[in-house]
Amino acid sequence: MLLISCPNCGPRDETEFHYGGQAHVAYPENPDALTDRQWAEYLFYRDNTKGAFAERWVHSTGCRQWFNMLRDTVSYDIQAIYKMGEPRPDMERAVVNTTAATTPEGATK
Amino acid sequence: MSADQLPEHPDFLWRNPEPKASYDAVIVGGGGHGLATAYFLAKNHGMTNIAVLEKGWLAGGNMARNTTIIRSNYLWDESAAIYEHALKLWEILPEELEYDFLFSQRGVMNLAHTLGDVRESVRRVGANKLNGVDAEWLDPQQVKELCPILNISDNIRYPVMGATYQPRAGIAKHDHVAWAFARKCDELGVDIIQNCEVTGFLKDGNRVVGVKTNQGTIHTEKVGLAAAGHSSVLAEMAGFRLPIQSHPLQALVSELHEPVHPTVVMSNHVHVYVSQAHKGELVMGAGVDSYNGYGQRGSFHVIEHQMAAAVELFPIFARAHVLRTWGGIVDTTMDASPIVGLSPVENMFVNCGWGTGGFKGTPAAGLTFAHTIATGTPHELNKPFSLERFETGALIDEHGAAAVAH
Repeated sequence: MLLISCPNCGPRDETEFHYGGQAHVAYPENPDALTDRQWAEYLFYRDNTKGAFAERWVHSTGCRQWFNMLRDTVSYDIQAIYKMGEPRPDMERAVVNTTAATTPEGATK
Repeated sequence: MSADQLPEHPDFLWRNPEPKASYDAVIVGGGGHGLATAYFLAKNHGMTNIAVLEKGWLAGGNMARNTTIIRSNYLWDESAAIYEHALKLWEILPEELEYDFLFSQRGVMNLAHTLGDVRESVRRVGANKLNGVDAEWLDPQQVKELCPILNISDNIRYPVMGATYQPRAGIAKHDHVAWAFARKCDELGVDIIQNCEVTGFLKDGNRVVGVKTNQGTIHTEKVGLAAAGHSSVLAEMAGFRLPIQSHPLQALVSELHEPVHPTVVMSNHVHVYVSQAHKGELVMGAGVDSYNGYGQRGSFHVIEHQMAAAVELFPIFARAHVLRTWGGIVDTTMDASPIVGLSPVENMFVNCGWGTGGFKGTPAAGLTFAHTIATGTPHELNKPFSLERFETGALIDEHGAAAVAH
């Protein structure tokens, strides 16, 4: 169970949230101008990063607001939580704006 | 069946050779699919100067972590064809591989709990029959006769309204399947190289000519990727993308019990699937964790949810205990169908995207992937499962159609 610090509501259990996949995938500006390959990229291709991954979550049973999260897909550590529309933080310099770490409960082998 | 009827643990079934400087083909991934591919390359195509590279130990990934369910009751023609071919191979492989991996055709039931479920199920039974897949629709009383411990009363949250039933479906001992393939591969001259992690690829223009590993560089004419949850990582090394997302999928077992569960029961709606292993453990699985993950572990609430479903359907399970839980990394696609075919890199081939259901497909994945690698063109069965389908739009949408929510 991840403990996720909602920017509006504070730390809450993962079960209150829904996952939205890769962040920063913009809707094509001219969809009708895309080739089939480009349209496939937009519809079906997403990064599948092993490591730090920028992704979207929504606090479904709380404020119902979307936000972005930088999370390690191996350790599941949450490295940053930031607002929709903000660029992905540069973790070399950024101050991690969440105090909540993941709680890998039941994470037995 | 009791534990003392299981075959004894064998001596070494394969050599542990040093990698040679070059091979005619290299398979990346020493799980079920990789081993089956190597077996069919050697047996059907005479390619014996080949190697299977495994990052960890043989069949220690999803092959060791799945719930061993084998069935072919998929909705769409393309899926029914490849999974039914797999099931037919499962039926002859113990003899062909000279290894009894305890393929038990005890049947698989897919429960229906809503009117929508019932309609989907009856439709799927019809589609299955048209495709030569054995399928029946059972009413709740027939469900109870086949699996007496199931609660079919109508005072539970999601009463059982019936089930589809595939009598030829069942389970097999996953480790023994891997060992059976590995031993035959070894006999045919295939090098199985464990603890050999691929770190990059050698390319000549857009053609792959070798594999960089932690055990040195291996030159090869052809590369087949069969790395399930880590396929995207390998594809990135090779310079292309795959339309897959890796998710943790958990499973668990109880302590050993007397035989109480004679078949396999899957419920899409309340979401749990249960069988009883030959040794006696109740084996259960459910859905993936929602987030992308490579950590081979998931969240506990997923297990809590599946246990709630299991106890409602099987009230006697309330007194059982969870003995072990674990997770694997499954490679899911948007249409819940696998990708078996060519890649954007010349002489590199991909077998991935089997998601939560790769075990049942093992023999057909091996057969068709071997054909694709050996001849450079897809087999009739895997032609629809190409990477191009995401561009052409010819998806094989088994989401919600394949008798289980993925």
